[in-house]
Amino acid sequence: MIAFAVFFIFSLLFYLVLTAGSGNIVFWAPEELFFGVLFAAITALLAKRLFQAMGIKPTARMLSPKRWLIFLVYAAGPFFYAMILANIDVACRVITGKIKPGIVKISPGMKTDFSTTMLANSITLTPGTLSVDVDKKGNLYIHWIFVKDKQPSVADICGSFPKWVRRIAE
Amino acid sequence: MIPLTNELLACAGALAALMLVCLLRVAKGPTAPDRVVAADAINTMVVVAMVLIGGAFREVIYIDIAIIYSMLSFASTLFIAKHLEANA
Amino acid sequence: MMEIVVYALLAIGLFFQAMGAIALHRFPDVYTRMHGTTKCTTLGSIFMCSGVVVYGAVLAFSGEAQYAILSVHSLVAALFLLLTNPAGAHAIARAAHRSGVMPKLAVVDRLQEAKKDDF
Repeated sequence: MIAFAVFFIFSLLFYLVLTAGSGNIVFWAPEELFFGVLFAAITALLAKRLFQAMGIKPTARMLSPKRWLIFLVYAAGPFFYAMILANIDVACRVITGKIKPGIVKISPGMKTDFSTTMLANSITLTPGTLSVDVDKKGNLYIHWIFVKDKQPSVADICGSFPKWVRRIAE
Repeated sequence: MIPLTNELLACAGALAALMLVCLLRVAKGPTAPDRVVAADAINTMVVVAMVLIGGAFREVIYIDIAIIYSMLSFASTLFIAKHLEANA
Repeated sequence: MMEIVVYALLAIGLFFQAMGAIALHRFPDVYTRMHGTTKCTTLGSIFMCSGVVVYGAVLAFSGEAQYAILSVHSLVAALFLLLTNPAGAHAIARAAHRSGVMPKLAVVDRLQEAKKDDF
């Protein structure tokens, strides 16, 4: 039931964003609202069965507005800043060609698959690091373009990100 | 505000030139993942070029196509990655 | 006045896209190339899409309200690229390492060591 609600709300929101401006009930035409609800229900039913078959369980935490707010603050603040730094860093390395690559291992100790995914995605877009693989214990293998330390701590690679991701996804 | 049609189209043209640069890497290889990475970069640039052309002609339909294209290119990248893994 | 903002966003975006394309030819192996393509093309795309977002918003505020959807849809496109690009790069990097493409010039490769003693 929770799975159905999560998928229904997200697909309905997506449909509403894409059809905004079609009429005058707030922003939407009545037929768009009707078909939005219909298609969101069909999509949610299909997605629920698909995710059940894969053994993935969405939780009610995904609907919490507080977590979404923290997520937006995180995306606009520390994450975006790190991303700009990462791009300037890569641009310098493209021009100077100064690299010293290697694959290192970190153990961030995330509890859920979802938070591990989010941390891995954040690491990929931040300075000098690219996540390559993850093992069953949740250890991440990171390709580092300029290895300063062969046994880095979690803070060396991703700074304060694990703290943020824990607050958002756990 | 003056219409920025030409400027946006010029940017889309510049992106097309960058796509050719990436295409050179697709042709050269040397390994399969190299080609996939270059193709992925081309996909991203195609999406952005479509958004720019949509802005230039003020047609939302181009941008809708760009959204769908980005989803399909993501799916195709994942499928190719799976294929490479299975052939290891 | 707002034209300058759009020009600046487009120029920054184009610069980073160019860096991403050049990185494909400057770097020696697939992993370092991936650094260039994922980071630079993602941020470049966000900047170029924000150019169109600002353009649509300015058009909407100067009286042609139907162009606000141009902004909203460009924003959704940028968001999709931001979500899907790193995940796609992760998939390719994993597939590359599993299909036996090793990082060149690497000073350390923990993943290879982990694979040797039963991953």
